[in-house]
Amino acid sequence: MSDLLISVKNICKIYGMGEIEVHALSDVSIDINKGEFIAIMGASGSGKSTFMNIIGCLDRPSKGTFFLDGADVNKLDKNQLAEFRNKKIGFIFQSFNILARTSALENVELPLLYNSSVTNKDRKERAYQALRSVGLGERQYSLPNQLSGGQQQRVAIARALVNEPIVIMADEPTGNLDSRTSYEIMEIFQNLNNKGITIVMVTHEPDIAQFALSNIIFKDGKIIANSPVKDRKFATKELDIIKKQTIVKATA
Amino acid sequence: MKIGNLLIVAYRSLSRNKLRTFLTMLGIIIGVASVIAMLAIGEGSKQNIQASISSLGTNSVMIMPGSITQGGVHMEAGSQQSLTREDAEAIGSKCDAVKYISPVIQTGAQIIAGSQNWRTMVLGVFPDYFFARNLTIQSGAVFSLLEDKAAAKVCVIGLTVSTNLFGENADPIGQTIRINRIPFKIIGLLDKKGQNTFGQDQDDIIIAPFATVQKRMLSTTNVHMVMASAQTEAQIDEAKEQITQLLRVRHKILNEDDDDFMVRTQSDLSNIFGSISKVLTILLASIASISLLVGGIGIMNIMLVSVTERTREIGIRLAVGAKSRDVLIQFMIESIFISFLGGFVGIAFGILISMMVANFGGWPVSVTIFSIVLSFLFSAVVGLFFGWYPARKAANLNPIDALRYE
Repeated sequence: MSDLLISVKNICKIYGMGEIEVHALSDVSIDINKGEFIAIMGASGSGKSTFMNIIGCLDRPSKGTFFLDGADVNKLDKNQLAEFRNKKIGFIFQSFNILARTSALENVELPLLYNSSVTNKDRKERAYQALRSVGLGERQYSLPNQLSGGQQQRVAIARALVNEPIVIMADEPTGNLDSRTSYEIMEIFQNLNNKGITIVMVTHEPDIAQFALSNIIFKDGKIIANSPVKDRKFATKELDIIKKQTIVKATA
Repeated sequence: MKIGNLLIVAYRSLSRNKLRTFLTMLGIIIGVASVIAMLAIGEGSKQNIQASISSLGTNSVMIMPGSITQGGVHMEAGSQQSLTREDAEAIGSKCDAVKYISPVIQTGAQIIAGSQNWRTMVLGVFPDYFFARNLTIQSGAVFSLLEDKAAAKVCVIGLTVSTNLFGENADPIGQTIRINRIPFKIIGLLDKKGQNTFGQDQDDIIIAPFATVQKRMLSTTNVHMVMASAQTEAQIDEAKEQITQLLRVRHKILNEDDDDFMVRTQSDLSNIFGSISKVLTILLASIASISLLVGGIGIMNIMLVSVTERTREIGIRLAVGAKSRDVLIQFMIESIFISFLGGFVGIAFGILISMMVANFGGWPVSVTIFSIVLSFLFSAVVGLFFGWYPARKAANLNPIDALRYE
């Protein structure tokens, strides 16, 4: 069972709104192994983001058990949760969530600043390497407003990677991007996944979900489907096709 | 989490908003600077007043005639002619707490020397007067008691008189001047004393033996006041008591009757002026501390706004692994940095303003270590106090809500 990374059993999330209780999640159970690439699909309000926040240690379930990397997360206090987020989880958000007026490099350094085992010299070097791995080595001193959306998202990916997490949580990472940039992001994800990093991604675009290894579908706070992806798409190939199309268009 | 990293984090977020940081700091700078400048001005005028009081003489006790009531109308103090030369001599011989004693009689007079003339004040005193009032001689000598007994026509003159009669840097010793047409020989020149607190020129004076002025010039038995000086500072009150007792006996005043004289000591005077300048200092300091307080509220205001404005940033920090303690410390460092740096700059400004007031305004100032320490501590406390609430607010944010905040 050493492959088991996330184990969720019967978790519920109930938001109490006075007399009415809203069940954002009801009785969700799932096991996620290391090396998976899961796309979570579902309509708005289906509970996919709540689920993501819980397995990302940002929120706690109302009921149920949750093990991450062998540790019972329910038993951790606030500070231990913060440490978990710092060392084991990398977050990527739809709206990038990188600090304004802060250079790409300093943005990537951020998680390392909260990791006391990293020295000052290491920090810069590791942040630079992470930026380079997403193809932004030359833009390290650029400010967010000098970067395109795709580049900003890549800064966010570098920031998620810099502490060498065991799992990356991406909440609609391509939601604000055009399809070509989305494919570029998916290419990075697939490469990371090939290196053995587990990725959990929320999306509502079916074509983006095609890049994952398996898809989970949420409806009304429950998982209604969990199946491997048939006809998996590969971002590198898709990008080649787009390139060829643009060349054809240009010549025609 | 290393504190060094938090320093980096705080520094980066402050330098990202240089203008905001500076404006926040400005409140503290102005507060601290005004506290220092105001206290310096208050302290300076206090010292100035103290200095001019002590220039009246050391441990001095002044005895003045009391006021009289004529037909139910109260006349001014000194209107009574109750003091005599003999009173002064009796005090000198019977009151052992008194070291120096001299009756004082004064009159205005026209002075003529050659073709020059000058109007000034002539004092008739005993030689003790010079010691009681700390008057020193630049050249020549003081007259003696014998010269007083003989009503000798000699005098000691101040620098202003000398300059006006004989010109700058002239040596007046041995010259003869005519005071109200009576020829006097100049035997001494007083050291320069300058103006007193009230702008009076203390060098515009002629001092002659008491008997000479009383008999030859004024032909009276009256004494305007008696100047005494206690043995030590501790004995001032004792001297006052002895003098009062003796004069009551000499003037045959019954137990229930009021004194026909007044005894004022230097400490009475310095108490009066001390309380005036204390009120002044308190007033200035309270105005200044209000501006410091406003500066502190400015810090809190900016920090609170910045917590709201930076909610998302805080959410990101929490998501990438900042503990709430880290966020708390970061915000505390920011406000402490603002108030400390503002404090330092404010101290520098305060000293600068004090020096400018001293140079251009001619107002005496004195920057005390106390005021520097006080205003700096105050600004540090302001930073801690007003930074804490916003910092705690930031630290207690829920990461998900913070991330969703628009």
